[in-house]
Amino acid sequence: MTIDWFPLWLSLRVAALSTAVALLLGLWLAWLLARRPFRGRDAVSAAVTLPLVLPPTVLGYYLLVLLGRNSPLGEFYEWVFGQPLVFTWQAAVLAALLHSAPLLIQSARAALETVDASFERAARTLGASEWKVFWRVSLPLAWKPVLAATALAFARSLGDFGITIMVAGNIPGRTQTLSVAIYDAVEAGDGALARTLVLVISAIALAILWFANRLARTAFTFTSGQGQR
Amino acid sequence: MIDARIRKRFPASKDSTAFELDIHLKAASAVTVLFGPSGSGKTLALDAIAGFITPDEGRITVGDALLFDVAARVSLTPQDRRCGYVFQNYALFPHMTLKENLAFAADRLPRAERRGRIAEMLDQFHLGEVSGRKPHELSGGQKQRASIARALLGNPRILLLDEPARGLDPALRAELYVVLNEVQRSFKVPVLLVTHDLEECFELGDQMVVVDNGRIVQSGQPPEILDGPANPAVARLLDRHNLVSAEIVALDPARQLSRLVCFPGAEESFEILGPYLPGHLLGARVTFAIRTDRLLAAPASPPVAGAVALDLARVSLRPQTARLMFGNGLMAEMPLRAYESHRHNKRWTVRFPPEAIRLMKP
Repeated sequence: MTIDWFPLWLSLRVAALSTAVALLLGLWLAWLLARRPFRGRDAVSAAVTLPLVLPPTVLGYYLLVLLGRNSPLGEFYEWVFGQPLVFTWQAAVLAALLHSAPLLIQSARAALETVDASFERAARTLGASEWKVFWRVSLPLAWKPVLAATALAFARSLGDFGITIMVAGNIPGRTQTLSVAIYDAVEAGDGALARTLVLVISAIALAILWFANRLARTAFTFTSGQGQR
Repeated sequence: MIDARIRKRFPASKDSTAFELDIHLKAASAVTVLFGPSGSGKTLALDAIAGFITPDEGRITVGDALLFDVAARVSLTPQDRRCGYVFQNYALFPHMTLKENLAFAADRLPRAERRGRIAEMLDQFHLGEVSGRKPHELSGGQKQRASIARALLGNPRILLLDEPARGLDPALRAELYVVLNEVQRSFKVPVLLVTHDLEECFELGDQMVVVDNGRIVQSGQPPEILDGPANPAVARLLDRHNLVSAEIVALDPARQLSRLVCFPGAEESFEILGPYLPGHLLGARVTFAIRTDRLLAAPASPPVAGAVALDLARVSLRPQTARLMFGNGLMAEMPLRAYESHRHNKRWTVRFPPEAIRLMKP
């Protein structure tokens, strides 16, 4: 039996890219939510969490409306890149992003909240910009739980099905990710292929979870307290 | 020179009742100590000066720098206020070595000055040998000095310390006082320190500001305040006074004396000699404070005018003094040695030196 591994590689690539984007956008937002009280913080927090509870088809629908070929954003994308966004592997990245970023933001927020606020306050009184406070104090003190959150987000973005199938479709060799390929194999009665892919993705997810748990367990939490003796 | 007018309301929440901080703090001396019980708002005042909380109303200047002014819509960020802040837990960055902690603070200095300044601070605070260690590898005293050095490194306008001696053992506490005295001599930076410890006020404070329930209730030099608390609330905070209600039964301007009946109406009321009380009428009810160590207790002797015989209820022994507590709630503090020779004595004679009696404003 020859197995087409393309869906696995595509999934890994999509997950890696979407996690990178989620980190880039989400870490800063997580820090704002954790540390900077601003007007409408609760609303932003709710909006960020929304994708976790909405059905994937609803999210997929939103993305289609927002980025479809007839939408302004979709037209803009097509004008810039010369091809439509929907039903490409790039759309799968977006789907995975929507699927996993909320998890990353909320767990990174929890991670950053474990840092004793007096370290950040001290950094500010010493003249550190907010940028420096984040990179030199907050993140280094919370890097282990933040990395654990990133690993979880990666694992989650591997597994999206609903949003992906709506915006990226099921084009073998182009947009067919692992979870879509498994659905396809089951539909086509190819039990051996489905079984193999299921076992592979389960093993990957399990390994990531083990890694994330280890990180979270060994994470230092610096708490305020009277000077340790 | 600091001039801080701060008003901020904290609405009641799930785990706290409503609180209002409303103070006008003026401090011109080298070391000013904010003294008050926990929850009095003294740390909030520090946080408002440092820029961690934003007052609803007020104006804060340090030296000639305006840090905050509601009317002029000025509110500098903590970064721009240049207030050195020493946190209760020191807040040394645990992932950096001591030297890196100082270098973090040195970033605001011109590049050419940084290395020299770091070396200077390491030397000044006797930290050169441990500069490569992380905070958890430092002793308590080293951490303390390191956090003060870090706060001073960027030439702050003022040094703020939040309960620096809280939870320290006596040796470290003494070391802190030495370090802060050195800081005074070498850095010429005004210091504002928060504490709930009266001894610390005496040890460090040129000026003492008593804060209670979000308000300043008295300020002055520590001995002045201990000697003449402005009102019963201050006397209670100091915890070294008897508060006695009395009725004026005689006024004698010629001898500059008065006669007071203490605990009027009560069964155990008694009469003492007091200072002359100008502006008071016969029969007026007043409250006075007298320091526990100014109340003179001696083993019972034949009755003397202005003295009262009291039964001892309890004795609290301290390292150097014994605090005698009598049945009517009065307390007298005397040297431990003096007490030791009468330790089985039950009945005591207590005298109120008229010059030690401080009338309280109602």
